[in-house]
Amino acid sequence: MPLVSVRSLLFVTIAMLLLGCEKSTTTGSNMSGELIVRIGASAPLTGPQAHLGKDNENGTRMAIDDANAKGIVIGGRKVHFELISEDDQADPKTATIVAQKLVDNKVSGVIGHMNSGTSIPASKIYSDNGIVQISPSATAVNYTAQGFKTTFRVMANDAQQGRVLGEYAAKNLAAKYIAVIDDRTAYGQGLADEFIKAAKANGAQIVAHEYTNDKAMDFTAVLTVVKGKKPDLLFYGGMVPQAGPMAKQLKALALNLKFMTGDGGFTPEFINLAGDAAEGAYASLPGVTLDKMPGGKAFSDRFVAKYGPIQLYAPYCYDAVNVMIAAMQKTGSADPGKYLPALANISYDGVTAKIQFDEKGDLKGGAITVYQVLNGKWQPLETLGVIAPAAH
Amino acid sequence: MEIFLQQIINGLVQGSVYALVALGYTMVYGILGLINFAHGEVVMIGAMLALSALTSLLGMGAPPALALLLSIGLAMLGCMVLGYSIERIAYRPLRHAPRLAPLITAIGVSIVLQNLAMMIWGREYHSFPQMIANHSHTFGGAIINDIQIIVFVLALAIMAGLMVVVHRTRLGRAMRAVAENQHAAQLMGVDINRVISITFMLGSALAAVAGMMISASYGLAHYYMGFLLGLKAFTAAVLGGIGNLRGAMLGGLLLGLIESLGAGYIGDFTGGFFGSNYQDVFAFFVLIIVLVFRPSGLLGERLAERA
Repeated sequence: MPLVSVRSLLFVTIAMLLLGCEKSTTTGSNMSGELIVRIGASAPLTGPQAHLGKDNENGTRMAIDDANAKGIVIGGRKVHFELISEDDQADPKTATIVAQKLVDNKVSGVIGHMNSGTSIPASKIYSDNGIVQISPSATAVNYTAQGFKTTFRVMANDAQQGRVLGEYAAKNLAAKYIAVIDDRTAYGQGLADEFIKAAKANGAQIVAHEYTNDKAMDFTAVLTVVKGKKPDLLFYGGMVPQAGPMAKQLKALALNLKFMTGDGGFTPEFINLAGDAAEGAYASLPGVTLDKMPGGKAFSDRFVAKYGPIQLYAPYCYDAVNVMIAAMQKTGSADPGKYLPALANISYDGVTAKIQFDEKGDLKGGAITVYQVLNGKWQPLETLGVIAPAAH
Repeated sequence: MEIFLQQIINGLVQGSVYALVALGYTMVYGILGLINFAHGEVVMIGAMLALSALTSLLGMGAPPALALLLSIGLAMLGCMVLGYSIERIAYRPLRHAPRLAPLITAIGVSIVLQNLAMMIWGREYHSFPQMIANHSHTFGGAIINDIQIIVFVLALAIMAGLMVVVHRTRLGRAMRAVAENQHAAQLMGVDINRVISITFMLGSALAAVAGMMISASYGLAHYYMGFLLGLKAFTAAVLGGIGNLRGAMLGGLLLGLIESLGAGYIGDFTGGFFGSNYQDVFAFFVLIIVLVFRPSGLLGERLAERA
């Protein structure tokens, strides 16, 4: 049958086209004699958090484009940086496959992953292969507590953030009875646990701890349970795809309480999704506000012009790439084994913070800003001072 | 007591949406013995189409009521075309292939649709415009709002309408005949290709309505929303007895109730040993129990009858 052969021919053509999209794997230098340095990046580019993952990719890409435009020289050779961006679907299992793929592609360093749940399992693979990993946004305490030398992050961890939020809820907002919901991911659970510790230490009582997952849309059942316990504040440990609808459903169930979440909810999308129920909600973000940082305003203007509004972590990705390149320049090598010590001791002025790492790879110091939705916009309330890194 | 009542309301509203989507699975299974895993994505496409139509119509200054009706109509039409094309392209060529082949294409179609939607509508969340003032009513201490009432009533009305179509019309008779025995139906002069196409279109139109209802009640639409919903609705269809229309409705409502009561009371029943994190486990546990004692679901026909 001629039809069948035409069809199989079509399949072969499509397969070839798809294979053609794969990156060529030549290493070393390109035609003009420039040194090629590959930088890996990974975030969820599909699934419920895809918009945040794409934002991460954009932040990383902008830093790499900037570096290429500047014509950076490392060890006497002009360098061309190449971005290899992979989708980890916010899934821990996929993250390990992606990590192995990046290792096989001989990247000099990795910017990622976005979630704590993906960064932690991937970090073992990077560590085993001696590849530097800087996560822009993984905040779980465990991420840097595994004893890996290759693991860094440019954001305050959950112990720092949870402590500030718990204290803020119990002291500044005078919440006595607090309900907590988390999404059972490494991030949500970790942040909620630290929040609970801090809130209890400041005299608040936890009246309910309920759970959901990072794909859910309906929270009426758990919110009804929460309602029965009559708390005056609800804390959610999780990301914006759940935080937004949750705030909305809170209002629909006529729960009059304060709603608070961490950095995962601090996005313009939250206000979009929650509608007028967003008004008055609290969230936090490690670092001070962008416009208070030298270079922060210029960065956000350029980013917005190129990719549209910043979702959340793009500035942190931008800093992560730049701090990595700075360490490479300092040692004159893009070999992770060589530039790693320089990275560990670096002091770099980024757009989100002055970046210095402690012995575990956590960000030193690290202020945390609490925001509230006022008149349909996130407004900074207070930046809570420099807090010593977590003790464990 | 008011908490209990509130959980019942939560469960019924959520369950009616599951039921509506489950009908799409069960209709196709009843007739073809095929699990159309792309159905959840059709729901998503329906929601997206309705949202796009609605925002552009409102942008052109159409009155809200007209815009709402038109966008439901457009979404249903779009999904009917989609449902027809899916069947024509991905399932019909494999109708006589081993059962596993169409199942795999179904999963493939679902991935294609999801990525297509991601390319068209982007990765971001779209908020659904609030069309009507959403009053809430207190009912014995529990709260129910207008959109929830509309969702529930509309879902019941559509299910009733579908029952009438299947049991009282010529088309319905043809559908039941094809479900019973394709060859015999063909020999009796039933155009089975036509009946199957119409079944897909009908199921997809229901999916469009379900998608729109979900978007309106949660206030959002996203290219990934069909995945979990499809899974839950499929579970509901199996719970009620896949292939059976009444079973899908019962299964949907039951699943909604099990989920909300499970989340609400599992902690109290187990003395805090299990919490609401076992909400989904609880739902699937009930499913397993039902299948152990009634392998074909609550209202499912016994397999011997089909053979």
